[in-house]
Amino acid sequence: MNNDKIEQILNEHQGQPGALIKVMMEIQEENHWLPREVLVKVSEKLEVPLSRVLRIATIYKTFSLTPKGRYQVNICTGTACQVRGAQQVLEEVQKITGIKPGETDPDMKFSLETVNCQGCCSLGPLVEIDGKTHGKTAPAEIAEALKKYE
Amino acid sequence: MSEIIMQIDGIEVAAEEGMTVLDAAQKAGISIPTLCYLETLEPYGACRLCTVEVEVRGRTNLVAACLYPVEKDLIVRTRTEKVDKIRKMILELLLAHAPVARGLKMQEYAEEYGADKNRFEKEPSFCIQCGLCVRYCAEIKKKNAICFVNKGPSREIQFIPEIAAKECWSCTECFPLCPTEYLQGVFVLTKALAFPSAPMGPTVEE
Amino acid sequence: MPRINSAAELEELRKGILAQKDPDKPCISVCAGIACLGSGNAEVLSAFEEEIKKQSLDAKVDLIATGCHGFCEKGPIVVIYPEEICYLEVTPEDVPEIISQTILGKQVIDRLIYTDSDTGTKAAHQSEIPFYKNQSRLLIGNSPKINPKSIEDYLAVGGYSALSKALFEMSPEGVLDEIKKANLRGRGGGGFPAGSKWETTRNAQPGVDKYVIVNAHEGEPGAFMDRALFTGNPHLILEGLIIGAYAIGSHQGFIYTRHDTPVLRKNLDLALAQAKEYGFLGDNILGSGFSFNVDVHLDVGIFVSGESSALMKSIEGMPPEPRPKYIRTSVTGIWDRPSNLNNVETWANVPQIISNGYEWYSSIGTERSKGTKLISLSGNIVNSGVVEVPMGTSLREIVFDFGGGIPNGKKLKAIHFGGPMGGTIPESLIDTPLDFDELSKLGASLGAGDMLVLDEDTCMVEMARLFLDFLAGESCGKCVPCREGMRQMLKILTNMTQGEGKEGDIKLLEEISGVVGEAALCSLGRSIQKPLISMLKYFRDEFEAHINEKRCPANACKELN
Ligand SMILES: Cc1cc2nc3c(=O)[nH]c(=O)nc-3n(C[C@H](O)[C@H](O)[C@H](O)COP(=O)(O)O)c2cc1C
Ligand code: SF4
Ligand code: FES
Repeated sequence: MNNDKIEQILNEHQGQPGALIKVMMEIQEENHWLPREVLVKVSEKLEVPLSRVLRIATIYKTFSLTPKGRYQVNICTGTACQVRGAQQVLEEVQKITGIKPGETDPDMKFSLETVNCQGCCSLGPLVEIDGKTHGKTAPAEIAEALKKYE
Repeated sequence: MSEIIMQIDGIEVAAEEGMTVLDAAQKAGISIPTLCYLETLEPYGACRLCTVEVEVRGRTNLVAACLYPVEKDLIVRTRTEKVDKIRKMILELLLAHAPVARGLKMQEYAEEYGADKNRFEKEPSFCIQCGLCVRYCAEIKKKNAICFVNKGPSREIQFIPEIAAKECWSCTECFPLCPTEYLQGVFVLTKALAFPSAPMGPTVEE
Repeated sequence: MPRINSAAELEELRKGILAQKDPDKPCISVCAGIACLGSGNAEVLSAFEEEIKKQSLDAKVDLIATGCHGFCEKGPIVVIYPEEICYLEVTPEDVPEIISQTILGKQVIDRLIYTDSDTGTKAAHQSEIPFYKNQSRLLIGNSPKINPKSIEDYLAVGGYSALSKALFEMSPEGVLDEIKKANLRGRGGGGFPAGSKWETTRNAQPGVDKYVIVNAHEGEPGAFMDRALFTGNPHLILEGLIIGAYAIGSHQGFIYTRHDTPVLRKNLDLALAQAKEYGFLGDNILGSGFSFNVDVHLDVGIFVSGESSALMKSIEGMPPEPRPKYIRTSVTGIWDRPSNLNNVETWANVPQIISNGYEWYSSIGTERSKGTKLISLSGNIVNSGVVEVPMGTSLREIVFDFGGGIPNGKKLKAIHFGGPMGGTIPESLIDTPLDFDELSKLGASLGAGDMLVLDEDTCMVEMARLFLDFLAGESCGKCVPCREGMRQMLKILTNMTQGEGKEGDIKLLEEISGVVGEAALCSLGRSIQKPLISMLKYFRDEFEAHINEKRCPANACKELN
């Protein structure tokens, strides 16, 4: 965890309750998850009740309250991708990684998440592995792609 | 303050500007069932049990009485067939979570509206999320020791251990506000303090 | 570039920009829309850069990365101007050939142009491809021609002339009047007349600051036209917003958008900075005396965040929980001040209405739905992508002419509009015109304009379940009818798809739907039953088969076959 960077984000918005979501987003981007003690700090620095911080942290999928694996696997389960077979792809990925959406494997290799429509339905079923987009995927193809990650 | 003349269940009622339909009804001695309303708190509008029918310039609408502002010539009906149907269903949906609400408001209402407590499969959480405890702690005590987490059907209440450990045992004022079970508060609080680091990430339903 | 201080200076600048442009100079337009980027257009773009450098063609060719061209299915797309040659599914390996053959040799590369899969007919130019032919691309048509990072490109196509007209030739009342007469209706789902909303905010709480907001949340699954338009032509929306602010009397605007489209974020920041630099934003805009600023609010958003009162809560830094709107947000919105919220596409319509007048605008479309509509096509359709058609266009034309029909020889079963708050209509109603009111009457409100095409293999029970499942993670859970009604409906439908449906289930679903639809707090809750109800209306027998015969007529539910 890069404490300096988090400290810097917090200092920039000290005493600005309105910046809550923005601050949490920046920390999430920086640190990939929001440890409890950081949330407490956010509450103190921005002068917002911890209850509001926790409420927001648990509403949005973007915020993770547990550490993430090295590779983030996002599977779009928007309706258009579903219609084109996203469920089969998801099942295959679950089988290979042994984890369900929202989970991280014990080796901290993969974190799996289902995401909403990414706005490129023509590429459905859409899978993103470590930031790389895989379009029009079939289960076998994704199985192959996952093998490349160590 | 200007007086507003309106009608509730055929009775002419004089209300004041800034009042809600619920305020006006209470003033006139007409009872409307409520679960998430408490006089000392900001109206919240979550249980929808106070749903009534209003008519404005010939147009009717179903609204929450605890929030709907009074206006001149407003016509309110608190017991239409539709309103009763809505209340019955709301109670049945809630009774799936709080089946043993003996002697409490919920039980009385259930009888009045003929709600079948076994209509939906039981999922006893005892919490109907009226938010009375959460809002009381925030608005009156200003401690914010209890909060809502998660969303949709997996939304629930949680004490915040960091604050609760310091504040709650000496207060407990929110416990008696619970419309389902006094002990619910005790239970949730104890759990939070016993397992302060239990992950509270989006728990998946079922 | 110095600030522009008058209408005359703006025209002067525009002339200068146009004079510098050589209409015969080749320009390579590489689509950098989300789908094209996802299918590898970033690599294509770098290949072009490299090749141009290698052949020292920098001075002889322009290369731009643009917003979505619309024909996403066939991406990565590259268009070569001035001939408007359109290459589809381009790979980096094709690039040297495109440069040598098409740019230098003026030859069309046969293998890269459009070929009709049925007839084998080829089309080299964008305007000849069936997907583009007959569209009315009033809003999105400029996207392939402009670099969203360049305000000068926008000025070259006439940008900000509507703003200049509004500020110098019209009064705020005059602008408002024009929008009202044009009968511009909101594109975000409600179809509410924009003019009367503006007027409400304009007249609300005299003396108090007012806000104008762009709703660029676009949370409906299958909706991607707002992002396409906003990313590809940010100044268009900005210009509409500034004109609206002038009419309403607002000096502060907000753009509410999602964090997960980095290109949009980048283009938007740049557009705002440029608009400020040129004097289209800030104090004393174009020397008119009118001042206006805009802040971007990036949000992580859940579906309900797009609802007006929830959206305004999150701009305040609060959880996105809707409040009852017995007093509208146009009267009491952000920090309790009058706040006018419109969708991206609604704002985008404003400049052309001001430029061309309400009579021109209302000549397009139907009696009560005017103008064009962006539609995002997805699902079981040959050509997924964004199309823009006049209101009143028949659904048949959209699905079969623009969309190219259903892939894999399957039959069309139904069309679903408006995502989880919308509705489905069966194939038999395909001659219905695209129109807010006609579709509502059928129980399938147009929503944001996302059209999900479903083929014969789709199980309607499963579709109904999917939408509710989506909402379970995307609603706030505050009020009982929505939270608990959704929980029970989802349970019943899940049971049905697993062969555990019971007699009476349909009646119970209808009863819960009735209560949720009337008693929930916000419009999300009041609409969660809509997809289900429309499916029950047109496909009731499928639900019955799941319950009575434990059979899935579409052969889609695994547990039943
Ligand atoms: C649950 C929910 C989600 C919504 N999401 C969006 C959205 O993503 N984008 C949008 O423009 N409008 C959305 N709306 C509609 C807005 O509340 C609002 O009506 C609209 O932005 C107004 O703009 P318009 O009149 O230009 O359509 C949503 C409404 C609800 C109830
Ligand atoms: S209807 Fe649903 S989304 Fe709207 S306030 Fe109620 S629980 Fe929240
Ligand atoms: S008392 Fe009005 S909604 Fe609960």
